[in-house]
Amino acid sequence: MNRIVSKEYFSEKVAKIVVEAPLIARSRRPGHFVIVRCGDKGERIPLTIADADTERGTITLVVQAVGPSTTKITALEPGEYLTDVVGPLGQATHIEHYGTVVCCGGGVGVAPLLPIIKAMKAAGNRVISVLAGRTKELIILEDEVRKHSDEVVIMTDDGSYGTKGLVTNGVEAVINREKVDFCVTIGPAIMMKFVALLTKKYEVPTICSLNTIMVDGTGMCGACRVTVDGKTRFVCVEGPEFDAHKVDFDQMLMRLRAYK
Amino acid sequence: MNDNDNSRTAAWREELRRAIPAKERTSRPRVKMPELTPEYRVAHRREEVNQGLTLEMAMTEATRCLDCPNPQCVTGCPVAIDIPGFVKNIERGNIAEAARVLKTTSALPAVCGRVCPQEKQCESHCIRLKMKSEPVAIGYLERFAADYARDNDLESEPDRLPDNGRRIAVVGSGPAGLSFAGQMVKYGYRVTVFEALQEIGGVLKYGIPEFRLPNSIVEAEIDSLKAQGVEMVTDCIIGKTLTYDDLHREGFEGIFVGSGAGLPRFMDIPGENLNGIMSSNEYLTRINLMGAGTEGYDTPVLMGRNVAVIGGGNTAMDSVRTAKRMGAERVMLVYRRSEAEMPARLEEVKHAKEEGIEFFTLHNPVEYLGDEQGNVTTMRVQRMELGEPDASGRRSPVPVEGDIRDVPVDMVIVSVGVSPNPLVPRSIEGLEVSRRNTIVVDENTMQSNIADLYAGGDIVRGGATVILAMGDGRRAAIAMHQALSQK
Repeated sequence: MNRIVSKEYFSEKVAKIVVEAPLIARSRRPGHFVIVRCGDKGERIPLTIADADTERGTITLVVQAVGPSTTKITALEPGEYLTDVVGPLGQATHIEHYGTVVCCGGGVGVAPLLPIIKAMKAAGNRVISVLAGRTKELIILEDEVRKHSDEVVIMTDDGSYGTKGLVTNGVEAVINREKVDFCVTIGPAIMMKFVALLTKKYEVPTICSLNTIMVDGTGMCGACRVTVDGKTRFVCVEGPEFDAHKVDFDQMLMRLRAYK
Repeated sequence: MNDNDNSRTAAWREELRRAIPAKERTSRPRVKMPELTPEYRVAHRREEVNQGLTLEMAMTEATRCLDCPNPQCVTGCPVAIDIPGFVKNIERGNIAEAARVLKTTSALPAVCGRVCPQEKQCESHCIRLKMKSEPVAIGYLERFAADYARDNDLESEPDRLPDNGRRIAVVGSGPAGLSFAGQMVKYGYRVTVFEALQEIGGVLKYGIPEFRLPNSIVEAEIDSLKAQGVEMVTDCIIGKTLTYDDLHREGFEGIFVGSGAGLPRFMDIPGENLNGIMSSNEYLTRINLMGAGTEGYDTPVLMGRNVAVIGGGNTAMDSVRTAKRMGAERVMLVYRRSEAEMPARLEEVKHAKEEGIEFFTLHNPVEYLGDEQGNVTTMRVQRMELGEPDASGRRSPVPVEGDIRDVPVDMVIVSVGVSPNPLVPRSIEGLEVSRRNTIVVDENTMQSNIADLYAGGDIVRGGATVILAMGDGRRAAIAMHQALSQK
């Protein structure tokens, strides 16, 4: 268990790793995350599961090297082991037939979005996926997303690929064009904040998946707390998905800086 | 003479009683626990404050016990340990037998000797108190017997029934789970303990700091269970990684849930989500389990200079004393009642004061203020006074109108209690839980409304002590064994 089966770089700092975790592969659902630790002195960090293969007994994680832990994880080679992989954690995504669903992801947020895209499509929704990144290299998993979407919109900040503009420009164009019944957004907190503001304006129900600071990930520490609809909630056991229109993103952004 | 007869009428005990006149026994002062000096210990975070009694000190202290015909201390012990039985064995110098007596009732005497609130339990019933003297130091003696037996290889292999091949699952590896596992393995079952975290021990590891309970003590108990054949699986969450049904498919015939009190409570006051404000669970887990603050470990921890800890329990004491050891200049304990109502062990309060912790009793935070970056800078506290007794029998604190002041802080640790972890109860369909999310069990058998599922410790009680959790584990094991034996 915990052996790295394969690794593929999407860009210099973003790697897709496939990890042997048969029990988690079997029980995980879209929206779930795992807690991973690398090395006996490593920290526990949450990573949302991007995919799973129950036959091979593996789960797929997409990791962006931003801090010491994610750098250690992306440096692991196939055949090496993660010290701990625990899960699946959190509440699974609520999937139903809404009609037309816009799934918008930014950066590595596209990875956890992929299983939701698949499930929304399988539930009979018309799925329009909006993928965004600063530049062409940061658009990931495009082919897999295309396979399960009715339409894919690509947005880059610099216009190096797809349409030049932010994720919100892409989503707004879709909303202006046709009736959208539901929206799912996963990406950096600042991106989700602006997607939420936009879809609120158009009254499109929206869920977001929050990646807050966690220690145990099982409800014990409360480091992940966020304010949703005026109440303190624990992302690890009550989330990670919440009604995006009710999340206090400014507080969440502030809390993400706690150890910086 | 039967060496294993530890009853009061055993010849050796009668002889012992005659050896020293009662008057001589009552004139001896209570032993003082050798401890590290406050100056030294605040600079040596991992070193245990209490150094333990020497053999001589322990044997002398044991002579202070009058070997009462009707020992009340036993009634004060939640698991009714044969206290005179082990104390008198210490007095005659048979430490191995003293340790064996303890082990027949308590799975973890070295732990309980350190963390039980003896002054509220066994020692509060000691006859010596009625004689206007200090009680026998039962906790120190318990710790001594367990440590001495372990360090000198005097621990006897517990009697075990032959392997019956039947599999039992334990959810959680804290005091309840370990106590249950220890008892079931003695009955001959094949026991597997499933732990969500990367280390076995539960609150004994992530919660209680090493200056109060060294990890080596907990490890020794875990190793002993492993040597007896208990299998330990880390990183596995029952209800998530494996479901209750999976356990049945794997052939487990009985399941004991001791998953503990997970969710930290907050006070729901303005500013409580500012950076620098955290639960005691978070603070202690970062340091105790994750190694934060120790060279080479990746997990970060905030290093507060002016630290306030909210609460008056043992976890609050652990937090103030840890903060002091982490280098804080000013550490304040803020508690809304007076010192007399504090639930913490007396010894922890004493140690905290010696270490320079400022006690803000009869104070309650009402709001936190922060800077532009969202870091806490100020704690607004309300002075309280004691009013009428509440449901718990303690006088309830009421605000003193208008008496509010601001105290500068850069870190606040909230230690006002925990709620049961909902992870396991929620994942088992049909399991009866209370409004407070605790698992409902028969209080004698610890059996839930699902016939093969038993539970104990904080997941049943909401928030209790190590000894009560261990008692639950033991009672559940006895009842489960009885039920399975009839199948």
